[in-house]
Amino acid sequence: MSENAMDLLKSEAKNLNFYYGEYQALKNINLTVAEKRITALIGPSGCGKSTFLRCFNRMHDLYPGNRYDGQITLYPDDVNILNPKIDPIEVRMRIGMVFQKPNPFPKTIYENVAYGLRVRGISNRRKLDEKVEKALCGAALWNEVKDRLNSLAFNLSGGQQQRLCIARALATDPEMMLFDEPTSALDPIATASIEELIAQLKEQVTILIVTHNMQQAARVSDYTAFMHMGEVVEFADTNTIFTNPSQKRTEDYITGRYG
Amino acid sequence: MTEHLKSSRFAHRRMRHVRERIIESLLFLAAFSSVAITVAIVVILVRESLGFFEHVSIIDFLTDTQWTPLFDDAHYGIMPLVAGTLVTAGVALAVAIPLGTIIAIYLSEFAPHRVREVVKPVLELLDGIPTVVYGYFALLFVTPLLQYFFPELPGFNMLSAGLVMGVMIIPYVSSISEDAMRAVPMHIREGSYAMGATRFQTALRVVTPAAFSGIAAAYILGISRAIGETMIVAVAAGMQPNLTWNPMEPAATITAYIVQVSLGDLPHGSLGYQTIFVAGLTLLLMTLVFNIAGHWLRRRFREVY
Ligand SMILES: Nc1ncnc2c1ncn2[C@@H]1O[C@H](COP(=O)(O)OP(=O)(O)O)[C@@H](O)[C@H]1O
Ligand SMILES: [Mg+2]
Repeated sequence: MSENAMDLLKSEAKNLNFYYGEYQALKNINLTVAEKRITALIGPSGCGKSTFLRCFNRMHDLYPGNRYDGQITLYPDDVNILNPKIDPIEVRMRIGMVFQKPNPFPKTIYENVAYGLRVRGISNRRKLDEKVEKALCGAALWNEVKDRLNSLAFNLSGGQQQRLCIARALATDPEMMLFDEPTSALDPIATASIEELIAQLKEQVTILIVTHNMQQAARVSDYTAFMHMGEVVEFADTNTIFTNPSQKRTEDYITGRYG
Repeated sequence: MTEHLKSSRFAHRRMRHVRERIIESLLFLAAFSSVAITVAIVVILVRESLGFFEHVSIIDFLTDTQWTPLFDDAHYGIMPLVAGTLVTAGVALAVAIPLGTIIAIYLSEFAPHRVREVVKPVLELLDGIPTVVYGYFALLFVTPLLQYFFPELPGFNMLSAGLVMGVMIIPYVSSISEDAMRAVPMHIREGSYAMGATRFQTALRVVTPAAFSGIAAAYILGISRAIGETMIVAVAAGMQPNLTWNPMEPAATITAYIVQVSLGDLPHGSLGYQTIFVAGLTLLLMTLVFNIAGHWLRRRFREVY
């Protein structure tokens, strides 16, 4: 990680274990997330990438029987966001998420983007207008939708819906954004535009992205973690992972010999 | 050997084909019979109503403020019955829609599994109570209770009938709304939670609009049920046609009138006999209007996930 040694730390998982009931899905995970960089999680399906990602915004709290053990520290506060005393809503207010399948709300384009602001009690129209425009610009969607902000979000194409979901998350100025295979439901052209967008977003926000697509990880990320069976097998800067992995399992996966 | 096998296989196919055709015909007959019955009902209602309108003008029917077909001084204004129907239904819906919706939101979004397992069957039990029991409950329990607060309230009144009818309709509204809300995919809810929304905000701002078409269907069913309900209003609201919009007064609804005259013996083909059908047709049209409105709403807000 020599070339990036100057990166600031945004978050850090320490000895993280996670259980779906009795089933342990994450095993002693240690990983750092650098500020305003893109960290990618790769690995075969079912290895625990989504499970790990969803620890960062305490999504698992929504379902009974789930249990965290260990820490995820968020900086600069230096608090463990998995601490049960921390309200998950507070965590989600600061860490946004974009899902695998675009999931706009049954509302207008405008109201989708304004949602997080309204939830935070902002109702001043001028302020909302301003933030909505800024978020849509940030998600490279403004020009396509500025004339139909009041039409339903479902009328957008899949790629546009996904950019709308990115705008929705951006509108509240999160410190960190989680992406769970954000392009797996999209065609190649929409995928390329989302990728380009994510690459730009790191100027303003820390990004943790799960991807099923190794080329994507290689193209956009600064750091890559290879996961396998609930463990992080290897974590390094992306270049090292893809050109000179130190673990046999990583190499097998990268070169497609996994199986 | 091969020849034999081939031909027998063909025979087998043909048998299957015949069986498919028989099943198809049976299914068609089943579907057709329900359509045929509906058409027959409409035809009879319309035919008898046409006979009625040979004697009474449509204008009188719609504008006369009295409905006294069986009196010597007969008047045939449907408005008193329509008003009675709308007022009792309105009171019922004012109870059933808010409560039914709140119960649906609670059961779908908040209630722990165990609570839902108990509350749902209990609510469905409400539906099993014969409506005549509700009627006497309104007349003998709710009305005296209301009279305690409003001493001038008459013994027969639309308020009491409407309130009890509302309770009866709650399960219709709540169970269909709840099904619609539970059908909203989890990933839509997760999108809301991920934005930092509370459970309450998610339920109100995301799940409810996402389930809108199903909830609208529940409301339409509740409205149809309220307009068509007979026994409760016949027992507790009085049978006197009375053009008023005040729920504290007694009045007859369309359904109550139909029961009332059907119980008497009117000569076949008489004008009085035909009023049953014209009242029935009016009821059908009212239900139809609400159903069309509901259909339109559902198309307008059809959810796409
Ligand atoms: N809600 C759940 N309950 C129980 N096991 C689950 C649940 N979600 C995922 N798992 C299991 O946890 C493991 C990791 O899943 P996941 O994080 O979704 O993998 P990935 O995103 O890498 O494909 C898998 O074995 C999966 O079957
Ligand atoms: Mg996954």
